[in-house]
Amino acid sequence: MSEFLLLAALFLLGTIALGFLRVHWGPSRADRIASAQLVGTGGVAMTLLLAAAGGNSAIIDVGLVLALLAAFAAVAFVKSTSADGAGDPEENDE
Amino acid sequence: MNAALLLDAGLCLLILTAAVLAMTGRDLFGAIAFFIVYGILIALAWVRLEAVDVALAEAAIGAGLTGVLLIGAWSLLRRAGVSEAHELSHWGLRLVAGLASAATTVVLAAAVLALPPGREGLAPLVTERLADHGVSNPVTGVLLDFRAYDTLMESIVLLVALVAVWALTPASAWGGVPGMRQHARPDGVLAMFGRLLPPIGLVMAVYLVWAGSSQPGGAFQAGTVLAAVWLLVVMAGIYDEPPISSGLLRTALVAGPAVFLAIGIAGLGAGALLAYPDEYAYGLILLIEFTLTFSIGATLALLVAGRARRAA
Amino acid sequence: MSGFANVLTVILVSVGLVFFLAGSVGLLRFPDLHSRLHALTKADNLGLGLIALGVAFQIGEPYAIVKLALVWLLAVLAAASVAQLIARSALDRLPAEGQADRQA
Repeated sequence: MSEFLLLAALFLLGTIALGFLRVHWGPSRADRIASAQLVGTGGVAMTLLLAAAGGNSAIIDVGLVLALLAAFAAVAFVKSTSADGAGDPEENDE
Repeated sequence: MNAALLLDAGLCLLILTAAVLAMTGRDLFGAIAFFIVYGILIALAWVRLEAVDVALAEAAIGAGLTGVLLIGAWSLLRRAGVSEAHELSHWGLRLVAGLASAATTVVLAAAVLALPPGREGLAPLVTERLADHGVSNPVTGVLLDFRAYDTLMESIVLLVALVAVWALTPASAWGGVPGMRQHARPDGVLAMFGRLLPPIGLVMAVYLVWAGSSQPGGAFQAGTVLAAVWLLVVMAGIYDEPPISSGLLRTALVAGPAVFLAIGIAGLGAGALLAYPDEYAYGLILLIEFTLTFSIGATLALLVAGRARRAA
Repeated sequence: MSGFANVLTVILVSVGLVFFLAGSVGLLRFPDLHSRLHALTKADNLGLGLIALGVAFQIGEPYAIVKLALVWLLAVLAAASVAQLIARSALDRLPAEGQADRQA
């Protein structure tokens, strides 16, 4: 079973490599940061597979931390694109 | 066995690719995006090396703090009118940085390869002596007990780094508040996110310190998670940063190293500096870990926030 | 671990991987940012949920299974918030930025 789980993790690594192309190409900054988010989700899934493959449930904690902080860079990014750099894209919506 | 080998080779390849793309890309923001990706992959590499304690720290630093720090710095530079193209045109500087990194890698590789094969280092000794002490996670045992003075010094170094950042504050803003006043739509997604996540982060930080005594975790990992949710609360406009003259804030910053030092000096009574009396070792280590967590969290959050920029 | 649990794990993880692949392909093939955000934040999180469920059949400790559920909830929360915020902020700069940022 652990062989299968490691192969599944390898497959995820492949999908992450595909995501690299979009981080590199952009074209917009939002594209780059959103594809970094994809790498994060893939990384979380890999920690779960590695936890099961290695029989070490402490590895799930790494996935927990990654998932908790997954959105932080993107939040910092959307704030930097607001008018004064300290706002929120939704602020002026009615 | 083959799948494990392929996975490790693929991970190494992707890490190197992310590093090269971060350094050679023309776009500064693209470089930051690759640096965030690099941090996530490095955390996975530590998992593969069975160093889960380090993986936790890298996940919290790489995915949480570094991204926010770099994007904040990029945003400030852009607003200050620094052109990205100009900043990145010094190919000579990049070449020197690349050569320095490559040289460091070669030296490290040589050092690793020079290790005599088949030696277990200090691991058996640590495992043997761990039973005498309060904790069962060998990493926490080494950090808080066998080499406690290293950890004490590191917590003080972190504090000194913050003092250095604060020293850049101009006299007009001294004692004031770091960063710009952040604001967000009160009923929007950002504010909701900033209210929902911090309590979960707080629970997770307490869990990581608590777990640190018997399994991977500890004060540094937990403190980084605390710092990250602190930054989120500020970014979501829910609370402002505290003024750096705040007595409460300064107490929080100093509490960890101070408690550590006090217990260390009290250890003189038990025979040596930083020695714990056997019957209290577990309680004392937990006390140090918890206060260190809060101090490390506050210090890291304020390091990212930077110097004071406006009056309190 | 019983054979039945192993079969379930293989099926759930495999289907999860298909969603991850779909997310990556969508990220590369879709024509604009707003379409690409769909691929990212929907396909991948469905994939993560399926993988977490598949992994749960391999993990004995009940509290570890609670942690798996929490991982998925946090990832979904993060993805939903990020998708909304990035989509909204990109809307403000629709005509300009794609051009200005395009690089050789």
